[in-house]
Amino acid sequence: MKAAESQKFCGHCGGGTFSTDGGTIGTDGDAPTSDAHHSCQQRLAMEPPRFCPECRRRMKVQVTPLGWTAECSRHGLMSFCTDTAPNSTS
Amino acid sequence: MSTQAPLETTTYAILNTAREQALERGEGLNESQLIQILELPDHAIPEALQLAHEVRLKHCGEDVEVEGIISIKTGGCPEDCHFCSQSGLFDSPVRGVWLDIPELVKAAKETAATGATEFCIVAAVRGPDIKLMNQIKFAIDRIIEEVDINIACSLGMLTQRQVDQLAEWGVHRYNHNLETARSYFPEVVTTHSYEERLETCAMVKAAGMELCCGALIGMGETLAQRAELAAQLAALEPHEVPLNFLNPRPGTPLENQGIMDGKDALRAIAAFRLAMPRTVLRYAGGRELTLGDLGTRDGLLGGINAVIVGNYLTTLGRPANTDLNLLVELNMPIKEFQKSL
Repeated sequence: MKAAESQKFCGHCGGGTFSTDGGTIGTDGDAPTSDAHHSCQQRLAMEPPRFCPECRRRMKVQVTPLGWTAECSRHGLMSFCTDTAPNSTS
Repeated sequence: MSTQAPLETTTYAILNTAREQALERGEGLNESQLIQILELPDHAIPEALQLAHEVRLKHCGEDVEVEGIISIKTGGCPEDCHFCSQSGLFDSPVRGVWLDIPELVKAAKETAATGATEFCIVAAVRGPDIKLMNQIKFAIDRIIEEVDINIACSLGMLTQRQVDQLAEWGVHRYNHNLETARSYFPEVVTTHSYEERLETCAMVKAAGMELCCGALIGMGETLAQRAELAAQLAALEPHEVPLNFLNPRPGTPLENQGIMDGKDALRAIAAFRLAMPRTVLRYAGGRELTLGDLGTRDGLLGGINAVIVGNYLTTLGRPANTDLNLLVELNMPIKEFQKSL
């Protein structure tokens, strides 16, 4: 799974986000700005992503006491240990 | 000035009563007394928390019980608990997923390594079917074999046979929350009744398992209903009461319910401790949003004597080390593991 800065979709709500070159990636017609996901980013500090940042598929998420994993059927597994940095294992 | 004096008189009267009744005699406050605690003015909150802390120290001791929880079956629940993102009846982003046993055992080991003595296995179901019971049996056997930790379960409503099986397999505590007051329950859940919950709680106690029966506050209930809930929990005499604060989840009927006021949450912590002087009162979900770091500390010094360490079932908690370091800073020893018989 690609690094966070190249995310096309918001992991919290599944809406479109800015691409790395600053252009907005349209998704469902309303082309949200990055500001639209400010609260989503805050929420993602308190919960794992539910939508694949690459394709916005809903992911299978397993939360454990000390971490979480989120799996997209197309883009693989993303895991996070609470006490360390995010880690991609796909 | 004319209205201040009676208010102050009432404030000190209820706190004096609570001191004599809950602290000295170890008797919980009744529903009408709890309403007065929940209505205390802001400036009386520190005194109420201090009293609740003294009650906790006198009747429960200084130890703090640490627990980890994990979902063995997430999402797709047929029930309609309006706060829950795992209901299959709501348009929630939570997908159904099963945890395999090796991962479950690994999580139990990680939880035990934090110093936790409790590991609660939770499933989003109305009640367990044969497949889930078989999974639970297998998981319990593996955890007992490999990990020094007490096992609790939360699998919804049980039959008598399932209660007996869980007790026989070594589950020492069973969680089944009341969630809210009887008078507010129909506003929150329509697919099963309060009485059905009480039936499972009664069977668990009768089978000799410890009953863990909790609350979720901040769902729009009145202060009177919050007091009603505390009194109803006290009447059940549970070993443990996990205290949750609503974290409004996307897609649920309560998604637009505001986050509970932190001061009200602290009043509730004091009230629940004063209602149940001898019960394990555990910080559970939502405290990070409702109370933040400072409020978390206030609650630990205000009647709380147990925490869920790390993450919850579908949301994240504070890093385990943050809570464990706070306990060290507050000179609160973690309860040590004693294998349940």
